[in-house]
Amino acid sequence: MARIREIAAVCKSKNAGPFELTIDVVFDDPALFEKVKRTGILCPALFARLYRVRAEDVLFTVYEAALAFKATLPRLVPAGDIGDTDVYGAQQHAPLLDVEIPV
Amino acid sequence: MKEFRLLSTSGILGYGFPEASLEAGLERKPDAIGVDGGSVDPGPHYLGSGKPFCSTMAIRRDLKLMLRAAVEHHIPMLIGTCGGAGGEPHLQLVVSLVRAIAREEGLHFPMAIIHAEQNKADVTRWVGEGRTRPLARRPQLDAATIERAERIVGMMGPEPFVKALDDGAQIVLAGRSSDPAPWAAAAMRAQLPAAQSWYAGKMLECGATAAVPKGHDCIFVAVRDDHVECEPLNPERRCTPLSVANHSLHENASPIHHIEPGGMLDTKDCRFEAVSDRAVRVSGMRWQPADTYTVKLEGVEKAGYRAITICGTRDPLLIAGLDDFLASVRRNVEQKAADFGASHDRYRLVIRCYGRDGVMAEREPLRGTAGHEIGFVVEAVADDQEIANAVAAIARTNMLHTDFLGRLCREGNMAFPFSPSDIELGAMFRFSIFHTVAPDDSLVMFPIEHETV
Repeated sequence: MARIREIAAVCKSKNAGPFELTIDVVFDDPALFEKVKRTGILCPALFARLYRVRAEDVLFTVYEAALAFKATLPRLVPAGDIGDTDVYGAQQHAPLLDVEIPV
Repeated sequence: MKEFRLLSTSGILGYGFPEASLEAGLERKPDAIGVDGGSVDPGPHYLGSGKPFCSTMAIRRDLKLMLRAAVEHHIPMLIGTCGGAGGEPHLQLVVSLVRAIAREEGLHFPMAIIHAEQNKADVTRWVGEGRTRPLARRPQLDAATIERAERIVGMMGPEPFVKALDDGAQIVLAGRSSDPAPWAAAAMRAQLPAAQSWYAGKMLECGATAAVPKGHDCIFVAVRDDHVECEPLNPERRCTPLSVANHSLHENASPIHHIEPGGMLDTKDCRFEAVSDRAVRVSGMRWQPADTYTVKLEGVEKAGYRAITICGTRDPLLIAGLDDFLASVRRNVEQKAADFGASHDRYRLVIRCYGRDGVMAEREPLRGTAGHEIGFVVEAVADDQEIANAVAAIARTNMLHTDFLGRLCREGNMAFPFSPSDIELGAMFRFSIFHTVAPDDSLVMFPIEHETV
């Protein structure tokens, strides 16, 4: 068992336009990426739970060419609107860091 | 093999770059130089206010070095999304800086200015003609939303840049543009394929962001018939297959489908290979032309006026009962504000608690507070500035003086770092238009002016 913070090369979030947040988890070792993929832990339901959105609102892509998992989901508040806490969406990745992967 | 060489100086005009990196890039004889001028990422304020998000001092510095380089080496210089948001005031700021620098430096060149701001009558007509579609789960565009908009821009594709260059411009300054569009334009104009040209643009628009260490610096991309090759120009940086692959994830909903005016760049089968310890070759990208040419519209509307105050507490007794304390503050503010004529329906009071959930708000999975101090940004938004200022001021006073159970710090609850303690932030804007429009052609929304500088 390992936490994402211990095995990923990149774990980050950013706006994808003013209304969506995109979150990336990237590995630097193809064998490890394959293992993580096979566990199925990284999936739309995980992001739906962590970010309190419906699974059908998560666009989840496994991008083999970059050894990456990407999830794009609605922002809590549009960038810069009243109540927004993170205009760039750059600090919304933390809940993923402690997700445990059985590898 | 055909090759087209492109030099991007930085991530955004005004982010800065080492002069030595520019020199190293020029030694490689680029066919064009440029930089992305802006982004939607810093939020709605800039499109609404007409102001740039980089300082004029910083923009001027980058522009001066780039203009000198372009003129000396007889190569085009292309800048999209001038002034940050690419509206008319943003574009005119960069145009006026270019004219002033040219005067001071004795530089002469043919220049094209491409406008991207859209007028409300046209946008309303497009809605009537059924040409617009919402993006990102927005509602359909309607006349009232257009009327409320402070400013609307269209995001141009490469075609206006191609036209400006065909008509003799050497320096091209454009309003809101798709980030890769200026680069894609230059490469496609040199008969390189669309897929490679667009991919090169995706690399170049962020400068050395795709390198390690990541930074605001120059990058060099060679576009060839079946691949692109990129290399940072600062010897302290290098591109690796991982750093370049990682960049394809940047600020896009999908890592594979990149929708652009006129088509889609498909990066599903891209291959990333190291050609040296600091240069990477990318191949396998595909371009799928769209059936209909579409342009993205971005617009903002005024959401009110804002004032804030910043403070912090170091009191463990207050922190232990934080929710009750903030509820008391809110009750006091509501009463006092109503007393001076600002009833609760005339403003919004937002209290952000740094050290608790200031970064993630309702999405914060860790509830409660663990730290020994909590920072607060107290924000009032109202329909006019006077009410926003008045509510922020009464909220400041009540953050400082509201009593709470077990209170020992009877002189004041908060440390305020500044005097004055309240900050008037002026008009605030929100994104209101994020739609596509299908124009008659790729040029009609983006008038081009030529001048000889």
